[in-house]
Amino acid sequence: MYDAPLRKTDVEANEIKISAKDVQVFYGDNHAIKDVSVELQDKTVTAFIGPSGCGKSTFLRCLNRMNDTIDVCRVEGLIALDGEDIYDKRVDPVQLRAKVGMVFQKPNPFPKSIYDNVAYGPRIHGLAKNKAELDDIVEKALRRGAIWNEVKDRLHAPGTGLSGGQQQRLCIARAVATEPEVLLMDEPCSALDPIATAQVEELIDELRTNYSVVIVTHSMQQAARVSQKTAFFHLGNLVEYGETSQIFTNPVDSRTESYITGRIG
Amino acid sequence: MTDATSQGGSRLTAADSRTKKRNASEKRFRAYGLAAIGTGLFFLVVLLTSIISNGSTAFMQTFIEVPVYLDPEALDPNGNRDPADISKVSTFGYNPLIQNAVFEQVQDKGIATDYEDAGDMRALISASAAAQLRDRVIANPDLIGETVDFQILASSRVDGYLKGRVSRDSITQDRNIDAGHLDLVDALREDGTVHKSFNFAFITGADASESRPEQAGLGVSMLGSLFMMLVVLFLALPIGVAASIYLEEFAPQNKFTDFIEVNISNLAAVPSIVFGILGLAAFIQFAHLPQSAPLVGGLTLTLMTLPTIVISTRASLKAVPPSIRDAALGVGASKMQSVFHHVLPLAMPGILTGTIIGLAQALGETAPLLLIGMVGYIATNYPEGVISGFMSPNSAMPAQIYEWAKRADPAYYERAWGGIIILLVFLLVMNVIAIILRRKFERRW
Repeated sequence: MYDAPLRKTDVEANEIKISAKDVQVFYGDNHAIKDVSVELQDKTVTAFIGPSGCGKSTFLRCLNRMNDTIDVCRVEGLIALDGEDIYDKRVDPVQLRAKVGMVFQKPNPFPKSIYDNVAYGPRIHGLAKNKAELDDIVEKALRRGAIWNEVKDRLHAPGTGLSGGQQQRLCIARAVATEPEVLLMDEPCSALDPIATAQVEELIDELRTNYSVVIVTHSMQQAARVSQKTAFFHLGNLVEYGETSQIFTNPVDSRTESYITGRIG
Repeated sequence: MTDATSQGGSRLTAADSRTKKRNASEKRFRAYGLAAIGTGLFFLVVLLTSIISNGSTAFMQTFIEVPVYLDPEALDPNGNRDPADISKVSTFGYNPLIQNAVFEQVQDKGIATDYEDAGDMRALISASAAAQLRDRVIANPDLIGETVDFQILASSRVDGYLKGRVSRDSITQDRNIDAGHLDLVDALREDGTVHKSFNFAFITGADASESRPEQAGLGVSMLGSLFMMLVVLFLALPIGVAASIYLEEFAPQNKFTDFIEVNISNLAAVPSIVFGILGLAAFIQFAHLPQSAPLVGGLTLTLMTLPTIVISTRASLKAVPPSIRDAALGVGASKMQSVFHHVLPLAMPGILTGTIIGLAQALGETAPLLLIGMVGYIATNYPEGVISGFMSPNSAMPAQIYEWAKRADPAYYERAWGGIIILLVFLLVMNVIAIILRRKFERRW
């Protein structure tokens, strides 16, 4: 069950980037996340695994306050980015999301050109003073998204015209263009074929040099391949959190073991 | 299954009774659909043929083309060509000149007739002809003393005779025209003096009184409609779009917004005459805006069009995939940025289509105009400027058509149908614009 990790990138990681304490999430009357406390490290890929409906995506969306857009959703507890409470009343969620970027399950490029897709974030945040700087940012982001070589000759072609895997890497490039500190990925490969998945996984491993990456995945193999830390969610509870190798080879909780051996989920 | 095989046929080709029944009902359903569409098409064809056959004659008009001697003694008794003096001569001064001109033409051509007096020619000539000649002379006083070729507007009876509406049988009770006049028309028509030509005045002109259908045109009420549509466009579009964006993207989901939502849907179904009463009470009785003004008509139609625009705008905002909003929020765009940079451009084709459909609906609306005094004979000419276009009394195209349709003179009947043709052309153009805009702005994602 335990795939050999990619582990191409060598990074020292130990600082705590995001810490969550006693987080509760309610959708109306539905208690979706129960008492989740977790500390996510900087420059580390952390995978959230668990069966459908276990709350892993919900918890991920708490980390950049995307749940704010859902009226009935209520978050309690403390989530801190570098020690600062992100649910503080004075925190502007828009500013937070510039620091905590997000890549979604389905590739969702804007129906604009490839260039404009990547340039949008820097433009609205005023990261570039002039066209040349913006060009630089776009190129850098596309290189980091490992898609530069494929699109450099057609930057002004529509982003929606790319293949699924290319679109997802474009979305990753778009997310890194705003220089976030944390990158949240909600099942980024579930709509991709195995080759595109491999490309994106490699990319995730490289991104670890600059960002703290949190990835939600349904595929345990993927979690094993790309992550250093793994958190197993079940029915809204964080069951187990630890080194990926330990979770997959020697889980402490019986539920974790049942899940990774395929008996529940 | 076992039945089919036991009958000896192939299991796949021999249909069992259940399949037969199913196929039959499917065929029946398709036949119903075709019948429904066929009925619709049939009535469309009937409608269009009746509109065109009844209305196309309104675009032709009968004229009598004769040289008219502009007698200086009658038109400018002082002989100084002073425009002020010339305009003192009323149409009564011009009538004899025109009647003489027609009478002389009859005699010159050697047409045998029992009429011995130029005044007998009055039956052939429209009561508006003198006014038209007078306008021409006032515009150019130097014409006085000369003989000018003038297209005299024929009376509606003569026009109707040429179009087949009036016959010798139908005028036996008519005190305005005799069979002898029709003989005269026949003779004048043969030598080309009386002829039909394209009726620009019908498209550009103003409404005329009940007794002068030959002069009535749709042009001024077209302007009334235009000014109303301007009001509707510049009020209903921004208000409607802003309201929909707020309701769809920003408003919290609670009882109050549900209440508003239900009411907007209900408003779209409110009879338009109710909006007319509302307009009368709010804009005329309360706000004291002028009656019969396109401004008031436009405001009233704005109220009526708003629900249509709000509903279609919300539908097209809803149709934008939520992933686009997530994408924008995910890179740190604010709610407003995500709406204005991404959602709105994608919803634009739908919004524009809804707006134009709403405008087209407003353009064809008559009932609310009844109550604010835009239906009726409104003796008006072209507005003198933009402000007077909004504020001075006017009618609107559908109101004008309604007005013509209820007048007694059968000559107005063809005007009403002709007006419908023009109105339909406008609606067609608006729908084509809607389609073009939708094609142009449509983007795939």
